[in-house]
Amino acid sequence: MDVLFPDKLDALWKLWDSHPEARLMAGGTDLLVAVAAKRIRPRTLICLERIGELRQIRRGETEYHIGATATIQDILDDEGLGKEMPLLAHALSLLGSPPIRHAATLGGNICTASPAGDSLPPLHVMDASVELRSAQGNRRMPVSEFITAPGRSVLRQGEILDSVIVPLTCGGDCCGFFKLGHRKALAIAVASLAAVWRTDPNGVLTKIRLAWGSVGPTTMLLPDVEKWLLGKPLDEETLTHARRMARDGVAPIDDLRATASYRRESAGNLLFKLLDASPISPHVFS
Amino acid sequence: MGITFTLNGAAVTVDTAPDRRVVDLLREDLGLTGAKECCGAGECGACAILLDGKSRLSCLMLAAQLEGHSVTTIEGFSQTVDFQLIQKAFVDDGAVQCGFCTPGMILTVADLAARNPNASREEVREALSGNLCRCTGYQKIVDAAEHAMRTMRERGR
Repeated sequence: MDVLFPDKLDALWKLWDSHPEARLMAGGTDLLVAVAAKRIRPRTLICLERIGELRQIRRGETEYHIGATATIQDILDDEGLGKEMPLLAHALSLLGSPPIRHAATLGGNICTASPAGDSLPPLHVMDASVELRSAQGNRRMPVSEFITAPGRSVLRQGEILDSVIVPLTCGGDCCGFFKLGHRKALAIAVASLAAVWRTDPNGVLTKIRLAWGSVGPTTMLLPDVEKWLLGKPLDEETLTHARRMARDGVAPIDDLRATASYRRESAGNLLFKLLDASPISPHVFS
Repeated sequence: MGITFTLNGAAVTVDTAPDRRVVDLLREDLGLTGAKECCGAGECGACAILLDGKSRLSCLMLAAQLEGHSVTTIEGFSQTVDFQLIQKAFVDDGAVQCGFCTPGMILTVADLAARNPNASREEVREALSGNLCRCTGYQKIVDAAEHAMRTMRERGR
């Protein structure tokens, strides 16, 4: 297997043109496991780690631009981002282990397109977009349109994920990422839920965004549940009804980590985590 | 292909296949058997090394990725004062049983001490969460890590 290291995007386009069969590698924490297990046998790997322009984290006026090959640790080390995007930072702090976070990248977590990707539910409830790039130009779309099926995205041959754009919309809202795994650390989620919500002084929900991981082929959004919750008091009675709707709405499978029925139950039960978070403080998570 | 990098403080050029896993390069070609291969899939931390001072898993890296970087293995780290402090704490606290996980544990503690010298017990547990030990039950390893970091702070390291 040949391993190539372009250091500029222009060099990447040229290399990829002459090796159209190549697989692209960011941190390698998923890809190299698949290579070692001989699940994939790429003839050529093009590593993105030396392309500095893909690794930048930049705060714009109303959003963050996170380069696709910024490592999870790069993002956690960005103090401003940690303060302004506690939901994303919290979810990423639960991804893998320290040495994994030193290698793994946000773009890799997205492009791997695993139903269990820890970054995906938070990026969905934060209305993140992805910027795609090729020699021909750029295009941008909501992250919810990027992933089409497990392991599949809309990326075309010759096109990469350039950066993730996360709007600063979370201020003043409560937010949480609730992950159920076999261990607290280094676990692939059995089920997860990202939530952003706001209540008025009477405890009535005036905003609610929900996205589940690991309980469907891609991140599960259940707009009917959100619509039903809006205007209801955030209490046990409300959540008991919403739990039933969530159980009916998700589409989990059996795998080695859990059965579909366990995941269905869990997807509903995770909603009760919203009660543990205090609705008055701006940024609360489990 | 020739790959030039810094290994335990010395510049080296090795002639190897670019897709050779770093753990194989270190153990089989360079005779540095401190890094262990256990799971080969990023789950156990036994193959940990420091790359430019940060913990990385040598089973999930290819030789060509080392070009221009600095690698510290447990063999290189064992020449430092910090190693001696961590080693003594591991011995004193009974944190070593079979020893297979120990090189990875020690390098992970070194990484934590560099990033967060005042880490709480919870942060120590979090830092060690990617290193599996099947003997000790972890408490003594966490004790030893806390103990070593306390000693390092007292010595102003």
